[in-house]
Amino acid sequence: MTDLKNGSVKQANLNLSRTEIIERSLAKRYRAEKRFRCYGIMAIVFGLMCVALLFTDIISKGYKAFAQTYIQLEVTYDANILGITDLNDPQQVALGDFQGIVKQALKNRFEGVSGRKAKRELYGVISNGAGYRLRDRLVANHQLLNQSETLWLVADDDIDTYYKSMGSDAGPFVGRMSEQRQGWIEQLTEADEVELRFNRNFFVQGDSREPELAGIRGAAMGSLFTLIITILLSFPIGVAAAVYLEEFAPRNRWTDLIEVNINNLAAVPSIIFGLLGLAIFINFFHVPRSVPLVGGLVLTLMTLPTIIISSRAAIKAVPPSIREAAIGVGASPMQVVLHHVLPLAMPGMMTGAIIGMAQALGETAPLLMIGMVAFIVDVPGGFTDPSTVLPVQIFLWADSPERAFMEKTSAAIMVLLAFLIVMNTLAVILRKKMERRW
Amino acid sequence: MTNVPEPLLKRGVTAMDNVQYPDQAVGEPFANDHKMSLRNVNVFYGDKQAIFDVNIDIARNEVIAMIGPSGCGKSTLLRSINRMNDTVEGCVVSGELTLDGEDIYTTKMDPVALRARVGMVFQKPNPFPKTIYDNVAYGPRLHGLASRRAELDEIVETSLTRAGLWNEVKDRLDQPGTGLSGGQQQRLCIARAIAISPEMILMDEPCSSLDPIATAKIEELIAELSQNYTIAIVTHSMQQAARVSHRTAYFHLGHLIEVNETEKVFTAPEHELTEAYITGRFG
Repeated sequence: MTDLKNGSVKQANLNLSRTEIIERSLAKRYRAEKRFRCYGIMAIVFGLMCVALLFTDIISKGYKAFAQTYIQLEVTYDANILGITDLNDPQQVALGDFQGIVKQALKNRFEGVSGRKAKRELYGVISNGAGYRLRDRLVANHQLLNQSETLWLVADDDIDTYYKSMGSDAGPFVGRMSEQRQGWIEQLTEADEVELRFNRNFFVQGDSREPELAGIRGAAMGSLFTLIITILLSFPIGVAAAVYLEEFAPRNRWTDLIEVNINNLAAVPSIIFGLLGLAIFINFFHVPRSVPLVGGLVLTLMTLPTIIISSRAAIKAVPPSIREAAIGVGASPMQVVLHHVLPLAMPGMMTGAIIGMAQALGETAPLLMIGMVAFIVDVPGGFTDPSTVLPVQIFLWADSPERAFMEKTSAAIMVLLAFLIVMNTLAVILRKKMERRW
Repeated sequence: MTNVPEPLLKRGVTAMDNVQYPDQAVGEPFANDHKMSLRNVNVFYGDKQAIFDVNIDIARNEVIAMIGPSGCGKSTLLRSINRMNDTVEGCVVSGELTLDGEDIYTTKMDPVALRARVGMVFQKPNPFPKTIYDNVAYGPRLHGLASRRAELDEIVETSLTRAGLWNEVKDRLDQPGTGLSGGQQQRLCIARAIAISPEMILMDEPCSSLDPIATAKIEELIAELSQNYTIAIVTHSMQQAARVSHRTAYFHLGHLIEVNETEKVFTAPEHELTEAYITGRFG
């Protein structure tokens, strides 16, 4: 090549042998292939990095929500402060001033606090929920009246946030904490009378305005009930529709129209389904609002197209030779479907159902329209109890001003992800069990 | 009389362009003791006609081979005999098809009951993704042919024995039928078809996906089965037709050209199209 002064590459090529030309192009092709693979690897690395970033962010923000600051106090069940003379009288117990004995205990612990403002600061160190715990203890054990015991009580959310951030590089998060309060915590810390414990409340309580009392159980149960309704309705209806359309329906303009509509429904924004649910289920059928039943109905409408489309694809993938074989030995059309098509299509249908359920679990918008965004303290016990769901709970907490709700939000996201992973794992195991070769 | 249509000319059979289809198949299309009888049968797929005015009898306990070039409609006709074509959208069968004198396309005849009387073996082995036992037991269970487990066991054993598969699989009846070799799978399909004791068995190119040894086994099996069953077999292999069948029917683009004793068809065909086909001038 070098001795060709004015020769073009083309001419040079002419002088090369065939194998040389192929070898040259081969090197070029291999380079192209390497680049092509690189793009793929880069795409995967990018995706994994995003996931890793998401997880580290959520976990680093949220893991502290699984612990809660407790303060040790010596509490006296003083009948005079409580205003209880007879423990068997439920009204007296209900009206008893249990918060009063907490205040008394705090006063005893930090003597010499005077002035209304300082007192209020002091009383706020322990959560409002502590009174309920004391009441429960007293009701369970009547002998405790007028006795003293040393207990670990839930601290207020400001204290909790402050205490958890004490060890951080940026120094503790002060927020609304007064100098005086900080001093008390200092005292308690030195006396080993404050510590972080596992936050059981988070898993057994419903929502609360007080971050230290707020739990995820209400939303988790709401999600569970809603999803049970959704899967119970959408899977059989979706499969039945898919089987009819694929196996029995004649091919004509009507079935074409139905197919186009199903495909369109799958692309409809989910909030529209919320409006539909509001108009039909609540306004027309008078299903109570904010309950898992109506949430499940709305999410059924939303997931149906997904399930129908994937079920149809799964049915289509069953080899026609199996159908012919069954027809050939004299199976009726229904027997062909029940004995052969459905068992073989089931794994594919399950995949569609998993995708639909995952979508339904994470859905917020349609549920806002049917009142599932309400602030509900009680853990729902059934399909007709007012409730909220996990993604709505995340939205509500993210919207709350208290600093402590920030970590709760991240913790709720973790619970939602765990819920999703458990659900998907179950479905995958189920699907694997059903999978058959042909 | 119809002229030979375009497609044949396109295949380069210029020498045949003056050949005309006979109004009636030449040879001996009719039989006295017939199991199945077809009169003026036309089959349409939508607007397209696949079978033109076919008249033929299938005699009791005979093996009739249907041969002809690809797309000549022999499989279509076979599938019309047990109404498998019902499942094909837009397929219409006209004419009279009778099984033991009963018209099979009347409303009185249930297609499910018909298929229990006329079994079918397909081109590609298609065992169910179930155990070998369940594959064979499926039909009897479906039709309630066995009331007790022992009876069912017996049906399975006899069917597999007749299909020449029993000795190979008797120790692994609980293993999937899809795990067998191609030839074994096809014999399993034959066992499945005979488990419901049909009167007639239709075979649609049963050896086209098998190796020569497996093919030989199936052919032996067909010879044995013909003692008890009436068999119609569609095949692409003229040698196979010559080996297994008593009579041979030659189809050409939807027309039945000639039906004769197999030996006669292959040694002294009456119609020139038959002759052209068996001597390999087209196909």
